[in-house]
Amino acid sequence: MIQLEQVNKWFGENHVLKNVDLRIAAGEVVVVCGPSGSGKSTLIRTINRLEPIEKGRITVNGQDVYAKGLNINTLRAGIGFVFQSFNLFPHMSVLDNVMFAPLNIRKTPRDTAMADAKVLLERVGLSHKLDAYPGNLSGGQQQRVAIARALALKPPVMLFDEPTSALDPEMVGEVLQVMKSLAKDGMTMVCVTHEMGFAREVSDRVVFMDAGEILESDTPANFFSAPKHPRAQRFLSDILPSHG
Amino acid sequence: MKFLDSAQLLQLASGMVTTLQLFAVAWVLAFTIALTLTVVRTANVRATTFIVDAYVEYHRNVPLLVQVLFWYFGMPELLPDGVRAWLYQHNAEMSLAAIALGLGSAAYIAEDIRSGLRAIPTMQFEAARALGCSYLQCMRLVIVPQALRIAIPPLVGRALLLFKNTSVAMAIGVVELTYQTREIENETYRTFATFGAATIMYLIGSFLLMYVGSRIQAHYSLARKEGRRA
Amino acid sequence: MLDIIREYWPLLLVGQYPHGPLGGLAMTLIVAGLGLLLSLPLALMIAIARVSPYRWVARCAAALVHVVRGMPLLMLIFWAYFVVPKVTGHAVSGFTTLVCALVIYESAYLSEVIRSGIEAIPRGQIEASRSLGVGYWRTMFKVVLPQALFNVLPSMTSQFVSTVKETSLGYVISVNELTFAANQVNNLVLTKPLQVFGVLAIIYFIVCFTLSRGVSLLDARVRRTRAMR
Repeated sequence: MIQLEQVNKWFGENHVLKNVDLRIAAGEVVVVCGPSGSGKSTLIRTINRLEPIEKGRITVNGQDVYAKGLNINTLRAGIGFVFQSFNLFPHMSVLDNVMFAPLNIRKTPRDTAMADAKVLLERVGLSHKLDAYPGNLSGGQQQRVAIARALALKPPVMLFDEPTSALDPEMVGEVLQVMKSLAKDGMTMVCVTHEMGFAREVSDRVVFMDAGEILESDTPANFFSAPKHPRAQRFLSDILPSHG
Repeated sequence: MKFLDSAQLLQLASGMVTTLQLFAVAWVLAFTIALTLTVVRTANVRATTFIVDAYVEYHRNVPLLVQVLFWYFGMPELLPDGVRAWLYQHNAEMSLAAIALGLGSAAYIAEDIRSGLRAIPTMQFEAARALGCSYLQCMRLVIVPQALRIAIPPLVGRALLLFKNTSVAMAIGVVELTYQTREIENETYRTFATFGAATIMYLIGSFLLMYVGSRIQAHYSLARKEGRRA
Repeated sequence: MLDIIREYWPLLLVGQYPHGPLGGLAMTLIVAGLGLLLSLPLALMIAIARVSPYRWVARCAAALVHVVRGMPLLMLIFWAYFVVPKVTGHAVSGFTTLVCALVIYESAYLSEVIRSGIEAIPRGQIEASRSLGVGYWRTMFKVVLPQALFNVLPSMTSQFVSTVKETSLGYVISVNELTFAANQVNNLVLTKPLQVFGVLAIIYFIVCFTLSRGVSLLDARVRRTRAMR
């Protein structure tokens, strides 16, 4: 489904992604974790070309993401992206936010778009907030709307860039709940996250990154019980006590 | 397209000199009055604050041209005959234009300084008083320098506007750059060349002012000073 | 002063209408209104050009804005009044000239306001829209501009007050607006210039002050609406 081959990226002198190879099969749920500055957010942002790469190849569903003449908008419509800071459109209601992509890209008739949006918002548990504005919602609610908005075009793959990192602890659960149900329904997902509980429960594979390189890639069972790379071991010992 | 010959360019240059003189006098007048208004405002006396506010509102809501016309045609009526005669003999146009421009700009500058003052947290004032400074010392040594620093960008903008607004004085016959431009165009009919040359002169003046402004801002920039210490 | 008002108020308010062309304060407001109306779309285009990813487009727009802002409005008016007829071959009325010059001048200033509004929109908004697959122009018109224009609405409305004041320069090219009308009154009365120009100043003050207050109320309302959102 998604293939990254020898991906390299520099920010000026800084080599932020080093020869990254990653393969994600359809229906797989992959969690990317690592210390801050490891390049994991940058990596996920290269998949839908929010960040360009200098070397290497990325294909989504067989389509080379950096092919010349590629309609970038068509590509992005096929990839759902959820941001750490939600990025809902504040001047539109919740319903309008979710309908935004279908109305403007697929030119779906308004009633169909509205019906679909309502179904999606029901799925994320926010049917009672259809006409509310993002400013009136809590962080957890906003992120759930953001997920619904990303699902609106029914993309085959969803990318999550630290979706719960900006949330107060009591709201993390509601967002993870939505993500878990998506995973159970067979969505191909790549999640950059610190939520190890989520990784353990739902992911098919955990990828550990540090300093721009993938150092370990294993099933959650293996990764959490016996990490092989010393930096992965250090990372887990740092992060796990706080998760109990 | 015919270009201008040296005589006409000199004529334009002399117009620019008058423009610059008018600008300089008006700016000094404006800044002085603005500082005075600011000081008066801080005294917090109801009556004087009202007068200052009225002054600012008047000059912000009446067009500059109207202020110039008022000063030139209207105000001399109030002067006693002897003074009026002396004034008309000694370049009344220039003086009255400078007064009008200065008073008008002072209103805006006063507002800019006031915004600068408002941006300073009251803690600064309290800290200075706690150290033992008197009210005037506080203002002079702590508050006003900081306020002026913050106010530099808008003040540079005002200076730029004043420089361009000197053109309004041509309506009462001040022989500054725009007036000269009209004169030359009238005589030679080399419209495009004349206006082109004058515009270029104004642009050069504007860019020079902006450059000077940015140098002043860089010089007083707090970020730079902190960087040096670190 | 009161007798001047009493005797000449039609001339000041509407010029020689209905026995002649419209003038005075009515003309001032029409010119200002037209100026603002026409400068809005132009300012929008220039602002969009200035944030364009195409460098030469952005540079051209920047050059245009810098040149217009670097010269006095009066110069711009003279350009329109003297140079345009020479270039096009036929005469242009003072009214048209004044409106055109004001439109160009206001657009340059307004475009800076709009541009700062656009640049203040967080990048995340644009990224979110582009990630959904929405293209550059749709993102601009549906996500960025609605927010940017709403945020700079107060600045834009205060431009109208400035425009009203700028119409006074029409006096120099004999456009029959308020200042010109006042000058006509002065030429009729001859002995009371202080009162005539005093009345002129007062009229401008009342008009502009009222407009400014209206703008403040609008500004407060805008802020209340935003807080509710």
